[in-house]
Amino acid sequence: MEKLYKFLKYTFIILWTVFIVAPFLWAISTSFKDFQSVNSKVTYIPWLDFEPTLEGWRVLVKSPARGGVDIVEPYFNSLFVTCTASLISIVLGTLAAYALSRFTFKAGFVRNNDITFFFISQRIMPPIVLSIPFFIFLSTIGLLDSLIGLVVVYIVLLMPIAVWIMVDFFNRVPKELDETALIDGCNPYQAFYKVVLPNSIPGLIVAGMFCIIFGWIDFFFAFILTFTEVQLLPVKVVALNSSITPWWSLSASALISVAPLIIVAFVVERYLSKGNLSGALK
Amino acid sequence: MNLIGENITYKPDDQFHLNDVSFNFKKGNLYTILGRTLSGKTTFLKTIAGLLNPDSGNLSFEDNDFIKIPVWERNVAMVYQQFINYPHLNVYENIIFPLKQRKISEDQIKKDVEEALKTVGLVGFENRKIQELSGGQQQRVALARSLAKKAKILLLDEPLVNLDYKLREQLREEFKRIFTQGLSEDTILIYSTTDPQEVMELNGEVIVLDEGKVLQKGPAKEIFENPRNLKVAEISNDPPMNILKGTKNSEKLSFENILINSPSHFKNLSDQGYNFGIRASEIKLDDQGEEFEIELAEISGSETLLHLKKGESKVIALIEEVMNFKIHEKVKIKFNENKLYAFDQNEELVSSPYGVSHG
Repeated sequence: MEKLYKFLKYTFIILWTVFIVAPFLWAISTSFKDFQSVNSKVTYIPWLDFEPTLEGWRVLVKSPARGGVDIVEPYFNSLFVTCTASLISIVLGTLAAYALSRFTFKAGFVRNNDITFFFISQRIMPPIVLSIPFFIFLSTIGLLDSLIGLVVVYIVLLMPIAVWIMVDFFNRVPKELDETALIDGCNPYQAFYKVVLPNSIPGLIVAGMFCIIFGWIDFFFAFILTFTEVQLLPVKVVALNSSITPWWSLSASALISVAPLIIVAFVVERYLSKGNLSGALK
Repeated sequence: MNLIGENITYKPDDQFHLNDVSFNFKKGNLYTILGRTLSGKTTFLKTIAGLLNPDSGNLSFEDNDFIKIPVWERNVAMVYQQFINYPHLNVYENIIFPLKQRKISEDQIKKDVEEALKTVGLVGFENRKIQELSGGQQQRVALARSLAKKAKILLLDEPLVNLDYKLREQLREEFKRIFTQGLSEDTILIYSTTDPQEVMELNGEVIVLDEGKVLQKGPAKEIFENPRNLKVAEISNDPPMNILKGTKNSEKLSFENILINSPSHFKNLSDQGYNFGIRASEIKLDDQGEEFEIELAEISGSETLLHLKKGESKVIALIEEVMNFKIHEKVKIKFNENKLYAFDQNEELVSSPYGVSHG
């Protein structure tokens, strides 16, 4: 019984791993092929089955005028928008979360929980509901089809995540820690950045990771709020057409667009598995 | 020049956390706040620290209005019952944290920290991380941080309550030593606890607090000998003082069909109903005594606590040796009538074996 269970468990894990990893392996292999290797016969293993070339990758950085797809500009656009929006979201979100966790707000019937819910409700609504208001908003202030406009919209999308994670984190930091800092001669601002913040790094890392992931993979708003001036990576990759762009370049662009997420995932996984997340505080 | 509180009241919700509390604390003295959980001890200390602002009343220190001074400028130190240290700093950095905030010179800091570490017995632990320390050591770090600061007011909020029995005993001894040697003449030390034994051992001025109200103030000995009313008698004894309803009838006291001789210190009491109080340690096993039924027998260390019952009356007896009893077994006990207290119908003390003071 024990053996059967073990057998089934490992079989399932292996099948699942193959299911997840196979497309990546296929894409990696394809990205190094040329016309010959893709169209002649089924091939998988470089050097043995086919002669690898970097042509697929070179196309990505060539300008369209010279037959390339120029993924560089959208790539850096995406990088800029995601990082800027994540950074601002984390900074504002952390401050908001600390206030919500430590102070009691009263405005009419509004309490702390209502404010927290207001932040989270931005994520509860389906994005399509937000698309028209966002479009009208950006066109009114003249930021449609611009990087700054996208950063603004992404802050709206990412900050709730940061607030949500950080409120939960700060609630688990004992209030006595802040109080001790006050007694030891810190004013409330010093207590925050000298004592509370250094002990919140695990929370900040997790919140940052989620912001980067959700910012990076967003297709919907990047698609709706940009036209010709600015293009983000997900839109660019989806717009590539397999009848024009060869398969090997498609594979390469797909791989390079998920690369940052894979890096983030591995780094954070290391951090999580060390058990550092639950925190320096008991 | 003292720390003076006048009519301090704090009532954030429907309940009083502090109810008309007044005090006058002199420098160089040790004050203990004795009260059960939720009696307002922590609120009391937090008000002095400045973490809470009272709804009404005055608080002044060295002739300054303390309430107007924010926490971070008050120069107080506080040790919490939870072991609160800065987890991102090591032991040394933890202790210098308040000193660095106050911009004290490096040399002075070094000297102060060394002294504090020596006092709490943590020399050699400077570079340890807080998480690597045991609970007792963490509390020592917190204490060292408070001592190194040389604050004029040192607050300790049940500092031993989260430690295990053995460590508590050991640290309590050390606290006594630290408080008698390690404190300068201008420090006011305020120590809160639920444990009457700690109060007696620290032997300072005691304030008995219940539901935010001061029940009695005085030296530890006075609180022990003459608890002003039933509540104080309950709070200041562990196990709580046994209370038996009964009547005095010239030379005899009677309760629950028990008749004992009235002790000499009761001779001025008029014949009427009283609440008689007797400490658990003043009830002894005696073949000539009254028969009680055992409800529960607890052995703790070298003592046995007997929960006894007769009719409506329940008493707890403290037997100073380890004995095995069966539940529902009958035992005979005798009350040491020379150590009886009498409280009147209003639960006020009217006669004590240590010669009161009544009225």
